[in-house]
Amino acid sequence: MSVPDKNTNGELRVKSKTENLSEIRDFVSSNATKAGIQSATIDKIILAVDEACTNVIKHAYKLSPKGEIIIKVDYNDNTFTITITDYGQSFKPDTVPLPDLKKYYREHRVGGLGMYLMKSLMDDVKYTSVPGKYNKVLLSKNIKSD
Amino acid sequence: MAEFNTSIRENGDINIIDLKGYLDAHTAPTLENNFTELIKENKFKIIVNFEDLAYISSAGLGVFMAYIENIRDNKGDIKLTNMSDKVFNIFDLLGFPLLYEIYKKEDEAVNKFNKD
Repeated sequence: MSVPDKNTNGELRVKSKTENLSEIRDFVSSNATKAGIQSATIDKIILAVDEACTNVIKHAYKLSPKGEIIIKVDYNDNTFTITITDYGQSFKPDTVPLPDLKKYYREHRVGGLGMYLMKSLMDDVKYTSVPGKYNKVLLSKNIKSD
Repeated sequence: MAEFNTSIRENGDINIIDLKGYLDAHTAPTLENNFTELIKENKFKIIVNFEDLAYISSAGLGVFMAYIENIRDNKGDIKLTNMSDKVFNIFDLLGFPLLYEIYKKEDEAVNKFNKD
């Protein structure tokens, strides 16, 4: 059985396959709903997590379906935080400016948009990487004003 | 698994791709295949109808960027219509309205093609 291990208290473990993105989105959505976040904000969080996990699948695991992705959710009255851990190759996204879409268009570059979206949609995005061990992306959203 | 499917309609020499469901890194190849097929058949006037699209990530947005140059080089275009506010906001955040014609209604896109 290739059913991913699941935990009900804020943690999801899935294999690095794009077909698992919908399960990841559902997991984030149900936790964010439980936290009482308004739906427009939930949509932003879901997209940011999708982008982060897509990057893990494409760049850390280079599209190999055997890697593990751990998505952990924590929240309090002020902040909703998602931590995404993988054991693939480390990749260091530079600080990402507003993408020059015209340049991307000319150069057929489609990567990089996800990183820009994550930074735009969330209040904080932090990367930690221990090469050969793990990579972590921390995504935080202020929810106090909701 | 995310549900996503497309269907293609013809309106004169214009082809309209209707999107339905969730467009992400997993489902984007379905839309890529649609564009590849249309280009192979020299059909370069393309409207994409977003009315039933619930979700899009950058992998989905990337599909439009991957084909637009080839299509415009062949005197065609990809015009986008009927987006929900939620989907439009993502396009807007990335500056797509500068590069793509986005219409509220499909008729407007059809008229624009027929005028050009």
